[in-house]
Amino acid sequence: MNSNLNKIEEETTTEVISVSEPTPSKTAKSPVKQSAQNHVPQAPKKPTYERVIKLLKMVGLGFLESLIRLIVGDDPKRQLKRIWLGVGVPLIAFIVFVVAWQITASTLKSDLGKIPSPSEVWGQSEVLWKDHVNERKKEKAFFERVEKRNAKLLARNPQAKVRTPAYTGKPTFIDQIITSLKTVFAGFLLASFIALPIGIFMGLSKTLRIAINPLVQIFKPVSPVVWLLLVTMFVSALISQNIFLGMPKAFIISFISVALCSMWPTLVNTSVGVSSVDKDFINVARVLRLNTWNKIVKVVLPASLPLVFTGLRISLSIAWMVLIAIELLAQNPGLGKFVWDEFQNGSTDSNAKIIVALFVIGSIGFALDRIMVVIQKMVTFNKNDIA
Amino acid sequence: MNLAPPHTSMLEMHELSKVYPTPKGPYVVLEGLNLSIQEGEFISIIGHSGCGKSTLLSMVAGLNPITKGTIALHGKKIKRPGPDRGVVFQSPSLFPWMTALENVMLGVKQVFPHGSKKEKTDIAKYYLARVGLGDAFHKKAADLSQGMQQRVGIARAFALKPKILLLDEPFGMLDSLTRNELQQVLLEVWNNERITAIMVTHDVDEAIFLSDRVIMMTSGPYAKIGDELNIHLDRPRQKLAVMDHPDYYTLRAHLINFLEH
Repeated sequence: MNSNLNKIEEETTTEVISVSEPTPSKTAKSPVKQSAQNHVPQAPKKPTYERVIKLLKMVGLGFLESLIRLIVGDDPKRQLKRIWLGVGVPLIAFIVFVVAWQITASTLKSDLGKIPSPSEVWGQSEVLWKDHVNERKKEKAFFERVEKRNAKLLARNPQAKVRTPAYTGKPTFIDQIITSLKTVFAGFLLASFIALPIGIFMGLSKTLRIAINPLVQIFKPVSPVVWLLLVTMFVSALISQNIFLGMPKAFIISFISVALCSMWPTLVNTSVGVSSVDKDFINVARVLRLNTWNKIVKVVLPASLPLVFTGLRISLSIAWMVLIAIELLAQNPGLGKFVWDEFQNGSTDSNAKIIVALFVIGSIGFALDRIMVVIQKMVTFNKNDIA
Repeated sequence: MNLAPPHTSMLEMHELSKVYPTPKGPYVVLEGLNLSIQEGEFISIIGHSGCGKSTLLSMVAGLNPITKGTIALHGKKIKRPGPDRGVVFQSPSLFPWMTALENVMLGVKQVFPHGSKKEKTDIAKYYLARVGLGDAFHKKAADLSQGMQQRVGIARAFALKPKILLLDEPFGMLDSLTRNELQQVLLEVWNNERITAIMVTHDVDEAIFLSDRVIMMTSGPYAKIGDELNIHLDRPRQKLAVMDHPDYYTLRAHLINFLEH
């Protein structure tokens, strides 16, 4: 799994990733036959557990394969070795990491506070969860109280104007997570809506590619901070009310900024993917005289999907990274704001809470990437080449 | 007006040249090439790699622009690719996200736009069955072995009912067992259809086994036709019978002799 993370590092820096040739390089070994009328023998039907394994691999849980094989008794010695390598080794590395952390935490101290130990961090994660549960209870109680009061008022005077005030409790850690997730999805969707069509057109037309490429190259490396300030300016100028189309202004600013920061890998990869479709595929389309629409829909797009999805995948991880920074900077609701608030708070628990947030942010980023891999595997043809 | 000689040639190449501009000046691949091909003939073009035989084929296909001269199919000049010239590429070039049937259907739909869905499917299935893929209709092309993929490639080309079949080293990427097998498959399907065919190859045995006439090209640049050899072996042919034929080694020696000089 570490290799996946490494790969993304590489992908982010190199931007366009070579996807191996669409034609699988399987060695051609069909059985010898004397006549064309003979049937090509089919592989024997696979047992159920093989299908389960295939499904698990599909949804990114391939590491369970060995466990299943061990249970059904398929070469147990080999499976144990693979489990040891796949689960045991990473587990030991994690334990070593935690121990080293514990030692560092007990020796290093600064004026800003001390580095929280693993156990403190764990404790704070429980505290954060309890806070959330309590907050929900309070909210429920609040609305029950309001309802009771309203009912009483109505009983006394059926014409009485009753109102249900909004609950003004502080958003909990879980609320912030949900806000961040909503924002990142909105931003990612917007980025895809902008980048995919432009990328396709750029890939199809060399002139358009030459025309737009310099702009892309200039906008791509711009820091998220600059986009955020620009978007804040524009949105504030265009929208005066605090809620627009049911969305808070802060949310709009966040997701537009996220989209502008994260759309570039999708745009570049889509245009490269579309423009570099295997020449043989294009030749087949030419021989068959497919019209432009069919050529795009049946040949070009499916052929470029692997690169397009690699782009989308990088975009999503950038979106998540950028979002946290933007929330922190702009004080827009979300995990970034949570981290900033805790940093400002400076109480003894704060550092531990920040580290909880760190692990949550990292895990969500990881999960988002796995989700993209699963989707990529479902829609692209060279399934074996996706990490 | 009976002045014109009774012409059965269907494909006519006249003073055909291909020049690639390069930074170091023009590179002449082919020059002044003349060739005419009769209806129903199976022609092999043989020559060393880089002699421009594949270039020649792709010009007939219309995939590569002609620099000078003309290629005419039934008297009509070739200007762009089209399904009247079915191409079997060296790499199978199937769309891996489609099934075997869908790959063949894509072409059939283009050629028979007015047929009913069932008619079209029947045509596609017929040719897939002919190449021995009767039980692999719905397999994804990506899941087929290279040999099976090339079978689909052959089925796809035949299913277009082309006027002429262009085969660009169709078995070049296969191991020798699979190659033998597919030569047999190709020949069986071809025996039924008798579609005029041009095949580019550098395999001497393949050329003898499959063709009526072998065109030998000199090495480039300025490649042209060096020699021709008629193969008067009876059809239908069987590989072993062909190899046992008394003339086989004379023919083979002729070709190899040309290639080695």
